[in-house]
Formats: sequence, C-alpha cells, structure tokens
Amino acid sequence: MNTTKIMSAEDLNRTYLRFAHQFLEPHDDPNQLAIIGMQTRGVHMGRRILQHIEEKFEYDIDFGVLDVTFYRDDFRTKLKMPEVKVTEIPFDLYDRDVVLVDDVLYTGRTVRSAMDALMDYGRPRSIKFCCMVDRGHRELPICADYVGTKLPTHVQEEVRVRVKALDDEDAVYVAENADEEVE
Amino acid sequence: MTEDIELQDSDHEFTHKHLLGLADYSKEDILYVLEQAKYFREILDRPVPKVPTLRDKTIVNLFYEDSTRTRLSFELAQKRMGADVVNFSKGSSSVKKGESLKDTIRNISSMKIDMVVTRHESPGVPHFLTRCVDAAIINAGDGAHEHPTQALLDMFTMKQVHSDLTEKNIAIIGDIAHSRVVRSNVLGLLKLGANVTVCGPKTMMPAYVHELGAEVSHNIDEVLGWCDIAMALRIQLERQEDGTELFPSIREYHQLFGITMKHLEKYPDFTIMHPGPVNRGVEMESEVADSDRSIILSQVTNGVAVRMAILYLLSGGSRV
Repeated sequence: MNTTKIMSAEDLNRTYLRFAHQFLEPHDDPNQLAIIGMQTRGVHMGRRILQHIEEKFEYDIDFGVLDVTFYRDDFRTKLKMPEVKVTEIPFDLYDRDVVLVDDVLYTGRTVRSAMDALMDYGRPRSIKFCCMVDRGHRELPICADYVGTKLPTHVQEEVRVRVKALDDEDAVYVAENADEEVE
Repeated sequence: MTEDIELQDSDHEFTHKHLLGLADYSKEDILYVLEQAKYFREILDRPVPKVPTLRDKTIVNLFYEDSTRTRLSFELAQKRMGADVVNFSKGSSSVKKGESLKDTIRNISSMKIDMVVTRHESPGVPHFLTRCVDAAIINAGDGAHEHPTQALLDMFTMKQVHSDLTEKNIAIIGDIAHSRVVRSNVLGLLKLGANVTVCGPKTMMPAYVHELGAEVSHNIDEVLGWCDIAMALRIQLERQEDGTELFPSIREYHQLFGITMKHLEKYPDFTIMHPGPVNRGVEMESEVADSDRSIILSQVTNGVAVRMAILYLLSGGSRV
C-alpha cells in the first residue's frame, strides 16, 4: 500500500502554534474562549494548542472533551455498535465562543453531530471549527474556520493524522487505498 | 485540570443480541458493559439529559409482574436515549381475556418492535420470547431465575467504591431462595473474581445453593466482620403464603439477620447496599439505610445509566 507523508512533526508544531494565535486573535478577553477537542485525535490536538497558549501567553483557557457517538446519523450502517467514549465539559457553555477541534474534515457529518451535542449542553455565543486537514467531499453545508492544510483527495484515499500521545509520532499521512487498513 | 480525563480504547467485541441472564455473559462482556455505562452516567448530569441515539427504535416494556423501580428505570433510560416506548402491563391488557404469552408477543411484534424488556413470574420466559420474535430481548426479571440488569447496576455501584472487585468480599444477606437478584449477582461477581457469601435462615436457602458457587453462612456477625460490601435483600413477604411461614416473626428475623447501627460501629469497614424497596426495621434499621455507609440511592441512579448502556449495545445490527 502506498503511503505518503504530508506533514512532519515540525510542520504540525508550527500549525498548532498558528492555531493558538488564531484562536486568541478575535478576543479582547481570552476568558471568552473555550476549546473543545473531539474524540479521539481532536482531544490531543486541542491539548497541544492549549499548551502553546499557556506557554506563550500564560492564559488558562477552558478545555473540554466531546464524544459525538450518541448524535451520529451513520452508526447503524456499521456492523458493530461504536464504542462510546468520555464526554467532559467542566464549564458552562453559556455565551462562550467555542472552538471545536478535530483532525480531519471530510463529509461534515461529525461536525453536524458535534454542533447538536453542544447545543444540548448550553447556548454558546458562537461555535467555530478547526481541523488539521480539510480533505473535501462534503455532504453537508459546513466549512472550517481554521484549517491546517487543504488537501484535495480521492474518496478511496485515507487521511491519517498521527499524534504523539497515541501513535508515538506527530505526522499526517495519506494512504492510497482506505479499504486495506481502516481504523 | 484536563489531564485526568481518561481516554481509553477497548478492543472487546461485544456480540450479544439479547440480555437473558449473566450466565451467558463472559467476564469481558460484563466489564465492557460496566465501562460503557460510565459514559452514559454523564448524560444524566447534562443540562439537557437526552440524546437522540435510539430515536429510530421502538421498545415495548412487557411487564407481567408488578414493578416500580425497574420499570421506571427502564422507561427513563429509554426516553433519555430518545426511543419510542410502549408499556404493557398484565392488569390492563387482553391477558385477562385469555390471550397466551406467545400470541401477545406475536401481535406486539407485528407492530414493528425493535426491543422487548420483559418481566414475568415464570423462569425462562425471556428465552422463550427469543424463539417467538426477532426483536432483542432484555430480561427484567423472570421468576426466581435471573435479574441481570439489577446485578449489573449492583456491580457498577460496587465498582464505584472498589474499582477492582477481584478478591473483594461480598456478602448477600436475606431471602436467598426467592431472589433472582442473588442468582444474577453471584454469577456476575464470581466471574469478576470476587468472593461471595450468602447469608440467611436455613429456610431461605435454596437446595442448589452450593451449585451457585458461593459460600454459605447463617451468622450475620460472621459475614459482616468478613465482608467489604454487604447487600441486604428485601424479605419478599408476597412470595410466602401467609407472610411469615419461613421464619417465626418479622421481629425475630430482624434480631437475627437485620443490620443495625451496632453492627456499623462494630465493623467499621463495610458498605451497605440494597436492591430496594427497603423494609425499614426488617432487613436493616432505618438509620442504617440513611447512614453515610449506605449507597442505596446511588444504586438507583446508576440503574438508569447501566440500562442505557445495555439498550445501546443491544440496539445495533437490526437495521443493517
């Protein structure tokens, strides 16, 4: 199988740093901002961005973890019931500016579920979406506000964002045939 | 603050279609259900405690026997997951007109039902239903046989106190012979590696008690000194013909097998559970049920979460 490395650890780190700046840019009061990482890779990405914000600006930004399994519209088309993962949003969403973080933006269905889920937690003032890779092929009218890289892909290809905490390296790969090795 | 949010992946393949009893579930299945239930517990604390996961499912609660807690708990779990629920109870149905169980369930299932939660006074009814209909069957108590969701929520609650139940000492006190809760709990707890002792008057011990695999005791002081968790069972007066044929009087039962405040002082380590409803002053003194050693109310809350997890895990597949 043909696998191509699209981004290296250094590229990713620079992008995380850029996200940190971009997230803060529109806010006079950084406490208005809240970051929510989507299970599973988005959580680790969110933490990296948070780390940069803490180191550079010494702000303590609220961070939550969201699992959208309950809100998905496609889980019954799979054979096994997807495993439910932890959701923890330890702060009030009311009137906050929330940035959702996920690894890959593809059909847009996950983001749709995530917005539904967030609305059940409270009424944020705004929701923005940040992803590392936008690979196209949207099925819903959704676009990202902060993008690591835009990558035109084939439907058969698979984009994998690797994070150090889970995969022992930071990198982004494109694999030629998604059927051979699906997560 | 965020570092302690645990992220773990399990690669366990949960393949059951029904929950008839814990006899069919392996240790890994049980642990998987309990692990998943943790995340359902969180939904109950949300500002909008409802998710749309089962909105395409129709569930019938087929209760041939009275129940408050279990039925409410199931119904709440179903509604929290967005399912459509229909309730059936024996008193207000065509059972009175002589319709058989098989005809009832066939008729109900012709109305396109995805899952059936059933309680019946005869053991084996859930197994029988699996042969009549295509829906997923969940046993909410069949006679004195099993009550698996109660045992799962008991184990879930125990795990909140002792995260690993291996080699933990669990005592179950009361009417062992008439209790389906005991059977499911003993089966499940032994699979998780706990030591289980059942304790009660000889008249309340079933003939097969040694086959269960639990130790047997007739002395409450002995077991309370030994156990980490003591679960008292309700004395089921309605299952005895004139109320007290298995022991001379309720007062004597309380003196010999009731948990008292003196026990709590004498043995400071054990935690108290009860599947409910508590007969205050019989299985335990009223103060014992309300003491900080009692986790009876957590059992009730956890019941909803555990049942949500079971409904979720068994809801898959049918529309594929």
